[in-house]
Amino acid sequence: MELKSKAPGGVLADKWNNHKFAMKLVNPSNRRKFTVLVVGTGLAGASAAATLAEMGYHVKSFCIHDTPRRAHSIAAQGGINAAKNYQNDGDSIYRLFYDTIKGGDYRSREANVYRLAELSVNIIDHCVAQGVPFAREYGGLLANRSFGGAQVSRTFYARGQTGQQLLLGAYAAMNKEIAQGNIEMYTSHEMLDLIVKNDVAQGIITRNLRTGAIKSYIGHAVLLCTGGYGNVYYLSTNAKASNVTATFRAYKRGALFANPCFTQIHPTCIPVSGDMQSKLTLMSESLRNDGRVWVPIQKDDTRKPSAIPEAERDYYLERMYPSFGNLVPRDVASRRAKEVCDKGLGVGGTKLAVYLDFSNAIERMGAATIRGKYGNLFEMYERITGDNPYQTPMRIYPAVHYTMGGLWVDYNLMSTIKGLFVLGEANFSDHGANRLGASALMQGLADGYFVIPYTLSHYLATERPELIAETDPSVSEAETKAQADIAQLLAIKGSKPVDYFHRKLGRIIWDYCGMARNEAGLKKAFSLTKDLKEEFFSDVAVSGTATDLNASLEKAGRMVDYLEFSDVMLIDALERRESCGAHFREEYQSPENEARRNDDDFSHVAAWQYMGAGQTPKLHQEQLVFENVELTQRSYK
Amino acid sequence: MNFTLKVWRQANETSRGSLETHSVTDVSPDISFLEMLDALNEHLESQGKDGIAFSHDCREGICGSCGLMINGRPHGGRKNTTVCQLHMREFDDHDVIVIEPWRARAFPVVKDLVVSRKSFEKVLQAGGYVSVRTGSAPEANSLPIAKEEADRAFLSATCIGCGACVASCKNASAMLFTAAKVNHLYLLPQGKVEHKRRVKNMVEAMDASGFGNCTNQAECSAACPKGITYDNITRLNREYLKSVFTT
Ligand code: FES
Repeated sequence: MELKSKAPGGVLADKWNNHKFAMKLVNPSNRRKFTVLVVGTGLAGASAAATLAEMGYHVKSFCIHDTPRRAHSIAAQGGINAAKNYQNDGDSIYRLFYDTIKGGDYRSREANVYRLAELSVNIIDHCVAQGVPFAREYGGLLANRSFGGAQVSRTFYARGQTGQQLLLGAYAAMNKEIAQGNIEMYTSHEMLDLIVKNDVAQGIITRNLRTGAIKSYIGHAVLLCTGGYGNVYYLSTNAKASNVTATFRAYKRGALFANPCFTQIHPTCIPVSGDMQSKLTLMSESLRNDGRVWVPIQKDDTRKPSAIPEAERDYYLERMYPSFGNLVPRDVASRRAKEVCDKGLGVGGTKLAVYLDFSNAIERMGAATIRGKYGNLFEMYERITGDNPYQTPMRIYPAVHYTMGGLWVDYNLMSTIKGLFVLGEANFSDHGANRLGASALMQGLADGYFVIPYTLSHYLATERPELIAETDPSVSEAETKAQADIAQLLAIKGSKPVDYFHRKLGRIIWDYCGMARNEAGLKKAFSLTKDLKEEFFSDVAVSGTATDLNASLEKAGRMVDYLEFSDVMLIDALERRESCGAHFREEYQSPENEARRNDDDFSHVAAWQYMGAGQTPKLHQEQLVFENVELTQRSYK
Repeated sequence: MNFTLKVWRQANETSRGSLETHSVTDVSPDISFLEMLDALNEHLESQGKDGIAFSHDCREGICGSCGLMINGRPHGGRKNTTVCQLHMREFDDHDVIVIEPWRARAFPVVKDLVVSRKSFEKVLQAGGYVSVRTGSAPEANSLPIAKEEADRAFLSATCIGCGACVASCKNASAMLFTAAKVNHLYLLPQGKVEHKRRVKNMVEAMDASGFGNCTNQAECSAACPKGITYDNITRLNREYLKSVFTT
């Protein structure tokens, strides 16, 4: 299988425009005849569903929640980038492109990233028109702030709730179309399988999470907008129900999974407090604009932070990176925090935390200004920890946050299965080995509002896919399989709850495929997960029935996928014998402990093909071609 | 810490429910309320029993999935806090804690503590949007909006759709929920164009969905975990009357 990116040739800045013109259109009166299945209603799914419905396509939208508005995009805090250059600080589309590709450590496609930067400005226009209440200046114009990894102020925000406001905008657009009958909305439906016939995606199998009913839906195209797989680590900033099931089951039907080892560990989260902890809470990275990160110089310093004099504090990011200071990209900030804690300099009860201190900023700007900027985050911190960050520094530690890897897609966002498109975090395309802050929202919305309307139309116009019959054997085969998988889980009747296994798996992946990886550890992780799989299938306790609301069964189904998916992640991490972005292989580092890339051998996308149960997946490579940027070692010194 | 829980169990919408008693022991004060329920469920499931069904997802107070009546108070009654962010340190050792679902005609029980909030969807589908097609927007900064107005719109827009307002109201009215969306859009010039139609349609959809009438008790804004204020309702009433008498 040859992976063709289908990125158009020509001058970088003209590629998307030329491509748009070259693509075929579907006549407005014919659009009604096409049924498009959109799975997931986060920013990518909601914006795609609403836009395609507006254009006249017949859209069926599916989400696992009781309403589209609860998708996890809702929780994104910090902001969304756009190359508007409203601050007159030297920003441009090219600079946003450059920052993103460099931030991703040169492991993404030039043409995709440029298109993303180009579309960023349209997103802001559209969201403002929808009534998204972005922060404004006293003159009434839009406000911006700077964000990790950038030296310009290009991030648009709505306090610490930018994702919420953007998602509510896209959800409102969906509501308009639902009311008019252009979107058929299926809430509390989980996709369990993809129906594929003759290598073309033809539909999906779903389970109604309220009644347990298994049903198939047939369409001319399927869009997966189902987010990332961060919950493979059990503890992450993802919502509890976020999962890898839809993308992983598409992988098992033939879609290639690209760069699964690229997982982002976010530097500023509230540290773990105990065993029953069920999730981690992010503290927006925007806090690093005004907060200063430090640890005591002395090991086991038990003094209160306020009692530690300036001279006995190490503001290690400012010391090591004079030009970016506390604003270095996420992967760098996370690794340095791990390093100081590994040296025993960590703070708090578990010693797995560093301080994020606002006392200078409060002195300089006053508590009221800080409250205006971060009030809700400070409150959230206090609710969870019981500490007041206006008076004492926050304690933070890195946590799993985002996954850059995902299903492989070409420039048109189509996977290796015809008619299966993948949008947002679920695909691998735009962030390389590390995502810059405030660019996930940008990508989700660019894909949904501005890319897919064109590329999907082109697919439908040129391929003219036919609907298969509901009675087709490929449909009944997939339905029967879904039923059998469920019956198998319910029949085990073991003694340990699903989360027992999930916690264990999370711990293995965090320890051996987390912020730092090495060959021996990765190999060990394989054997540990193998044992865990065996234990799961002999001793998991799944209670309740198949025909009811059953949280234990839902979790068990997702757990099976995590167990199998973790192998693909491990093998990818093992095969990538270089350090780049978030993927830090201890064997490949500079004397100053910075990541050492190997562009000669690894300047490619690693895309994995499913070869059957228990078989090692097959590696395919897409070589990355850089015509415009020169590959340099990232330096934030 | 140790607690006695009295939890509402109900197999489905039509069956009769009742309170079931469980004791939980050795609970760390630093875990959240939902993590305490997780522990209980793990215990039940490992014995082959059905876990207690409850809604949750983000566990950081923003998705609006969670919502429980704890000792008769939505989300447990801590100011500006959803139940997923409520921690056990807020309780006293050996407390008896009664946990029930939202109670409202428009929110039928699905199972145990899970209710259906589809009626909220109907209200928003009736007009909770600005009709703008993708691709048709003007340049974002072509329309300055006073910061004060934008900030007020934001505060109304922070509703998470959890339903605590309805659950707290003795009439099970959805006025605060509806008012928050109407005001968010009304306060911005983009939303003004369709305002009259929106107010009328959303209020009618609210009435048609089985929510009760507002009798100005203001329990809703006290219970709102996002602190959405009661003056949203005052403005909605005024705007609704205007829309009825001028169209
Ligand atoms: S679980 Fe999302 S608000 Fe409580």
